[in-house]
Amino acid sequence: MAQTISRSDSRGRVKPLRRRTRELPWPANLYQTAVGKKYVMAITGIGLLGFVVAHMIGNLHIYQSPLEINEYGEALRDLGGDLIPRTFLLWLLRVGLAGMFVIHIHSAYSLARMSETSNERYERKQDYIAANFASRTMRWTGPIILLYLFFHLADLTWGWWLGDTYLRGDVYHNVVESMNSVPIAIIYVVANVALAVHIYHGTWSLFQSLGINNPHYNAARRGFAVGISAMILAGNLSFPILVQVGVIDEDDRTTPPAGSVEHEAIAPLSATTVLEVRS
Amino acid sequence: MSKNLDLKLRIWRQDGPDAPGSFLDIEAKGISEDASFLEMLDTVNERLLDDDVEPINFPHDCREGICGTCGMMVNGRAHGPEKATATCQLHMRKFDDGDEITVEPWRAASFPVIKDLVVDRSPLDRIVEAGGFISAPTGTAPDANQILIPKEAAEMSMDAASCIGCGACVASCPNSAAQLFTAAKLTHLNVLPQGQPERWKRTEAMVETMEEYFGACTNHGECHEACPKEIPLDFIAFMNRDYIKAKIKNRSLASQIS
Amino acid sequence: MINLDSKVPDGPLADKWDNHRFAMKLINPPNKRKFKVIVVGSGLAGASAAASLGELGYNVDVFTYHDSPRRAHSISAQGGINGAKNYQNDADSIHRLFYDTVKGGDYRSREANVYRLSQVSVDIIDQCIAQGVPFAREYGGLLANRSFGGAQVSRTFYARGQTGQQLLLGAYQAMAAQIATGKVTLHNRSDVLDIVTKDGEACGVVVRDLLTGQVSSHSAHAVVLATGGYGNVYYLSTNALACNVTASWRAHRKGAAFANPCFGQIHPTCIPAGDEFQSKLTLMSESLRNDGRIWVPRDIDESRSADQISEAERYYYLEEKYPTFGNLVPRDVASRNAKTVVDQGHGVGELKNGVYLDFADSIGREGIDVIRERYGNLFDMYERITGEDPYRQPMRIYPASHYSMGGLWVDYNLMTTVPGLYALGECNFSDHGANRLGASALMQGLADGYFVLPYTIGDYLAPKLGNAAIPTDDPVFTEAVAEVDTRTRHWLSKSGTKSADHYHRELGTVLRDYCGMARDKTGLEKALSEIPAIREEFRKDVKVLGSADGLNQSLEKVNRVDDFMELAELVVRDALDREESCGAHFRDESQTDEGEALRDDDNYSYVAAWEWKGPNQPQELHKEHLEFENIELTQRSYK
Repeated sequence: MAQTISRSDSRGRVKPLRRRTRELPWPANLYQTAVGKKYVMAITGIGLLGFVVAHMIGNLHIYQSPLEINEYGEALRDLGGDLIPRTFLLWLLRVGLAGMFVIHIHSAYSLARMSETSNERYERKQDYIAANFASRTMRWTGPIILLYLFFHLADLTWGWWLGDTYLRGDVYHNVVESMNSVPIAIIYVVANVALAVHIYHGTWSLFQSLGINNPHYNAARRGFAVGISAMILAGNLSFPILVQVGVIDEDDRTTPPAGSVEHEAIAPLSATTVLEVRS
Repeated sequence: MSKNLDLKLRIWRQDGPDAPGSFLDIEAKGISEDASFLEMLDTVNERLLDDDVEPINFPHDCREGICGTCGMMVNGRAHGPEKATATCQLHMRKFDDGDEITVEPWRAASFPVIKDLVVDRSPLDRIVEAGGFISAPTGTAPDANQILIPKEAAEMSMDAASCIGCGACVASCPNSAAQLFTAAKLTHLNVLPQGQPERWKRTEAMVETMEEYFGACTNHGECHEACPKEIPLDFIAFMNRDYIKAKIKNRSLASQIS
Repeated sequence: MINLDSKVPDGPLADKWDNHRFAMKLINPPNKRKFKVIVVGSGLAGASAAASLGELGYNVDVFTYHDSPRRAHSISAQGGINGAKNYQNDADSIHRLFYDTVKGGDYRSREANVYRLSQVSVDIIDQCIAQGVPFAREYGGLLANRSFGGAQVSRTFYARGQTGQQLLLGAYQAMAAQIATGKVTLHNRSDVLDIVTKDGEACGVVVRDLLTGQVSSHSAHAVVLATGGYGNVYYLSTNALACNVTASWRAHRKGAAFANPCFGQIHPTCIPAGDEFQSKLTLMSESLRNDGRIWVPRDIDESRSADQISEAERYYYLEEKYPTFGNLVPRDVASRNAKTVVDQGHGVGELKNGVYLDFADSIGREGIDVIRERYGNLFDMYERITGEDPYRQPMRIYPASHYSMGGLWVDYNLMTTVPGLYALGECNFSDHGANRLGASALMQGLADGYFVLPYTIGDYLAPKLGNAAIPTDDPVFTEAVAEVDTRTRHWLSKSGTKSADHYHRELGTVLRDYCGMARDKTGLEKALSEIPAIREEFRKDVKVLGSADGLNQSLEKVNRVDDFMELAELVVRDALDREESCGAHFRDESQTDEGEALRDDDNYSYVAAWEWKGPNQPQELHKEHLEFENIELTQRSYK
């Protein structure tokens, strides 16, 4: 006679929550299991982390001069030089990044779904010891970062709300224009805190997921995660904060940047023209 | 002389997997601080019986922390507040007079409650049956000392093999993942020379069976804190690496490349 | 009428097993799958037997009341497993292990069985290594050994203080592999409550599903019991709380003789009882005696802490009385001496009910790290239980009931007096005589399961080729199921007042007082008059609540206590009958001038096998006389 225990099969054994699907050919089969998905998540995480770090470091050009940051932006479009069509490599990077984003998010979503169906909550709140704020908020900081990404693109790439004040190619100007607004600066601060928190757990976690593990350096993994997220936090927060306190502004952009002759594309974007446009 | 404690207990009672459960509030007076947590429940049960209330069913057996039968959520922590201690080895001297103690069964979708604090943890056995063994039929073994095993490897294997299969890792995991259990079982065999021939097959089978029942690990590390044997998280990393290797490796070259 | 034919093969001792293996009938591989075998219990003996039988091709049904086979109490064994490998070059040999075991058992075991055990001990170590049991190693990668009580050679293989756990995992994993192939079917949370026989042969079991309360029957060509020991008859013991005698006892009631029930081992190194609510006594591995020195204060009024007592004021009673073996005397000797000094008033601790086991010297000699590596988990466990740190102050230890040398009588093939019914491991009486040496229980359980039963069962089954197992709708099964169901349910209809534990405690107290480490005629007779009274009171007055149609731990317990109540009487009767001291059975009337156990080989060199004669009838004693052709019987001396 079958037992009356629910969630059990005819022999009284607990039924699996999910059945294994047919194995796909390599390497798609890696993505079929949670451990494989975590692996993919870690790899895409590394890619995205690399982007965030490079983006942050690149943005530091803003502290050199308006010209430097604008040149930097231009250089990105010119990646690959004359060998390939202009912006081709940049678009390739953009598509790659977008792809990594999609995979990262999709794996996160399906892993979260899997855990949800496996979990049952305690009546009395669980008293966590190791699970920290960062690890438990990954599923909140993740979507925040996604929303922030769109916001950031709309703000500084598409110039949705800067409207006429948005100048294509004048990165410095757009940044100052945007972050001068207090609400926008707050959004940047909040989002970047979320990003750092996300990166803190992600960076530690990716060593686990990839199985990079050796007693010789295991202790350094936490330190590495703290270091990298602190660096990103400090770099990225500096922009809105320093714009707000007025360290970064356009008051000094009265003379055309030196050497602008060689950079015809950005030559008109001197402070005077900007001011003209604004008035 | 030992002290006595007066405690306020809230203990989960549930008739069966489909029955609704609720807390039973009990005042437990005069509990000796030398009693173990389970002996405290014994005492409570004797008193319930006197009051014509059916005693609480709770999982227990060896009461020396090795069989892995016992396990319950005590004040929101698997096996209670004491580190590296199974519930049976938790003693009441770790509590204070007047404490309120909430006791719940392990909770996870694949650990259905059987009754009160007793849950069904048999999916853990399914993981072992999937590949947690070395196929060495009786009588086929070479002389024991023919296989040299570096002391460090034997020690690591033993660290992993000391898992008692209590399920605290699953119970404490916010994702109800069984990574620490599976990794311990796997590492025990995968680091030994004898475990090499079936290493990749075993890894795939155990991980994929685990995922039929349990959630996905997000590296909180809560399992390690709950583990009465303090199985390290490193074994999870080891399992992850072996799993990816298992998917990529050309197994017919095993003797050429490690 | 029981016939105690030991079926020991002829020939020289060393050739008996070989000869017997050749003489036994075989079943060819394709035919093995036509047989079904039931294994009850999933400890070392049960799991290893199930795995090996499955590998051979038999269809095996395994029953365990645990949720997982890995929880069987073998898992608690700490110290190690003996194997006559002579890896340490200290003149060990199969013959020496055989000799030590027979001598350690005080010459109350069967020579041929013990010799076979020593022979296969070597294969067990090989088998376990092949399965991946992580035994301790030296830096060169070779296996490490340690010495153990009752032996002067280092032949004990160990995995920290968790050897039993590791061996059980090995056997369980081997069985899991067979479960995966379908050759072995696991029935967990299934309590075997009766053995079914037809025409005198075992043909199945009656099982209560602990989750649903449903009682059903299972049939097979042979039934193998590997259900462990009955140490819990003493209530307080080192056994797990669920350990019970029920399956063996039900087999006994169906005609299996019960042998040497009074041979119960008291383990010398356990944490002393603290209070009356105590549910069990925790064992600290005997291996601790390798490095710990046992002592008590010479002054019975001593009240200072251990570190304040000078060397001269310490009484190292084992080292003084037994200079050769010192702290490594066999368990019975160590236990009895602890009892003696505590009875004299030398006891230590708040209740003055223990002796010191002191590691200060070895920590000084070897360093704290070496000691931590060897015994770390035991020290931690001690600290958790007592709140005292054994690295700083000596442990307090006292003997506790631990292992049953007695059990179902079996012949050389491990078959009980019921044809088709086998008993393996601790639940049989076979190899340890009146006292078991340390690290030999694991050895025996695995020997029986891996290397003995898989051969001998074929000899019984071979002639049955072509016979189907008795169908479970046969009246023998339906009646047994009805009987078990009624017996289980009737407890709930009582309007008693006290718990099964209450009566179990009472029973245990009587047994410990009168049939513990030392026994005498008056005490045993007193026990014999008290036990039936407790049993009657228990059966009238026990209170069980809840239902029989689901999980009900109190109901499981009451069934088990009921069987202990009957067993206890037999234990005492056997102790009373054996008017000699031997091994763990110490009769005050029979001791040497020095207070050592004095055997009476002329009158008691036999295995006492008791036959069930019906409820409330005294069992009938049958004697299997023991012949010693290869060992000269001596007065054991460990001085």
